[in-house]
Amino acid sequence: MKYEVITKEDFPSFVNGLLSEIEVVGVKMKEGKFHYDKIKSYDELCLDYDVTLIPPKKYLLPPKETLLKFSLGGAIQVEPSIDATPRVILGVHPYDIKAIELMDAVFSDSNPDANYMERRRNTVIVGVDCRNPSPNAFCPSMGTDTTETGFDLLLTDIGEQYVVAIGSEKGEELLKKHARTREATEADLAQRKAAQEEALAKYKLSIKAAVEEIPELLEKNYDHPLWEELAAKCLSCGSCTMVCPTCVCFDVQDDLELNLTAGERFRQWDSCMLQGFAKVATGENFREDCTSRLRHRYFRKGNYMLKRYGKLGCVGCGRCIGACLAEIANPVEAYNRLKEGS
Amino acid sequence: MSEKESIYLPMLAELVRTEGLTERERLFELKLRNGDELGHKPGQFVEISVFGIGEAPLSISSSPTKKGSFEIGVRTVGNVTNALHRLEKGATVGVRGPFGNGFPLDRLKGQDVLIVAGGIGLVPLRSLINYVLDNRGDFGRLIVLFGARTPAEQLFLDELALWRQSKDMEYLETVDRGDENWKGNAGVITTLFPLFDIAPEKTYAVIVGPPVMYRFVIAECRNKGIPDDQLLLSLERRMKCGVGKCGHCQINNVYVCQEGPVFTYSELKNLEEAI
Repeated sequence: MKYEVITKEDFPSFVNGLLSEIEVVGVKMKEGKFHYDKIKSYDELCLDYDVTLIPPKKYLLPPKETLLKFSLGGAIQVEPSIDATPRVILGVHPYDIKAIELMDAVFSDSNPDANYMERRRNTVIVGVDCRNPSPNAFCPSMGTDTTETGFDLLLTDIGEQYVVAIGSEKGEELLKKHARTREATEADLAQRKAAQEEALAKYKLSIKAAVEEIPELLEKNYDHPLWEELAAKCLSCGSCTMVCPTCVCFDVQDDLELNLTAGERFRQWDSCMLQGFAKVATGENFREDCTSRLRHRYFRKGNYMLKRYGKLGCVGCGRCIGACLAEIANPVEAYNRLKEGS
Repeated sequence: MSEKESIYLPMLAELVRTEGLTERERLFELKLRNGDELGHKPGQFVEISVFGIGEAPLSISSSPTKKGSFEIGVRTVGNVTNALHRLEKGATVGVRGPFGNGFPLDRLKGQDVLIVAGGIGLVPLRSLINYVLDNRGDFGRLIVLFGARTPAEQLFLDELALWRQSKDMEYLETVDRGDENWKGNAGVITTLFPLFDIAPEKTYAVIVGPPVMYRFVIAECRNKGIPDDQLLLSLERRMKCGVGKCGHCQINNVYVCQEGPVFTYSELKNLEEAI
């Protein structure tokens, strides 16, 4: 991997240079919380944040997305619809980069999803190492506090400068074009490592099992009473899935305009925690009770996705812990409980 | 497939014939607008669009040996199926697919085939039955068991009449509750099992019906000595995409639309959520 260094003084002109040629979304502060949004200038950008409310997933798999447009007046006409606006996502934390890598695996697998793939191809990821993790985060337990892959550029704050890891040619070109940088020295890289270690020490939560143990830990505990205990308090509201960076399930519906001729087919985020998720038209519901839904979510994250895509479905961001209305969505507590009981 | 081609874009098809099967089910014969064959295998499914209403996964009922068009048999249960029933000949619908693995024809060739159809489970199985009849020399015995709740709920009456007379197959039927005109067997489908003998080592059972039927029929098949990996079941699940993305059809780590909908009982017995 190649590393460059850019001073904090020079950094704004890099961002403004990007803004001159492409849409840039970055992290902004809003009422004490953080969220991704389009930025107009460097001044709006926040690079030192703990976690955003919603992951950058929303730019790759929008909450609601048109798949087809059709017209029903006379001969039926149907056109695919793909919005792949070129865009830089600036300031993505490593755990969210890992989640995007998982999404890439899901949507490129066997039947490539053109809507996702086109958008992904037109998206530049500029990551930033997290300096001040959220109190709910447990990234080190999942091996996602840092990353060597999945980004075009990755910044690490080393005081007056950023070390920039170069992850792709596209990233390197943008950096060359818009930033004044110098090659990183051994000393810079040592500082980068020290900064990452400093952040590592700030994480408050950890799982007592090694990440490799998780799939088997779940398999051994399919009938553990924990699932029923958690389900007894679960509201089946789907909040945990709405904030999850690796939840990719969707529903598909049609919508007709009032003229009854123009219409669209769209997909929108769905949640396996909602009661009707596995219900078929005849009324049969294959995951009717909350226990089976809650267990399914844990198994999907900690076992099924690994089997299918080679990557675990949890990146330790802790958003579900913060979003859960019943205060039960806590992978750390769940895995620790299973580990203690095993 | 090119990555730039949308996997969600349906082909257009014309409804060339529709026929009432029962009070709740209709048969629809569809022809792709581009003149192509659907190119399916028995046991596969398609996603059918009624534009403006939505899309639903539906079993293909015709055999691929029937060229030029294909058929689906549809019960009115939801928005899309109700809208389909309102369509008339000449209407345009969308078709994506065929999807899923279908019945393993290669494994069935040269073997005895025992078909167990419960209610509208006959819709996808009709595709296989007609395929076997059209390639009769490739298969051993063909035994078809069909159970409906009442005589009025029997579908494909013309074909049933032919099957009763056919020398190419052994056809047994029952209804849960007969009426004054019903002279045949009465009782659930498992009551047909004492009525025939099989050579279990070369018999494959292909079972499609309502979820409740499976565990009882599986027990009967095992009683007759059919090995678990020769019991084939087709499973119904909610499917929004058909291409392994939307997550709705998952049974534990299995995507029914990708690895299924046809599974052997050996594959299913360790999947907690399967049946």
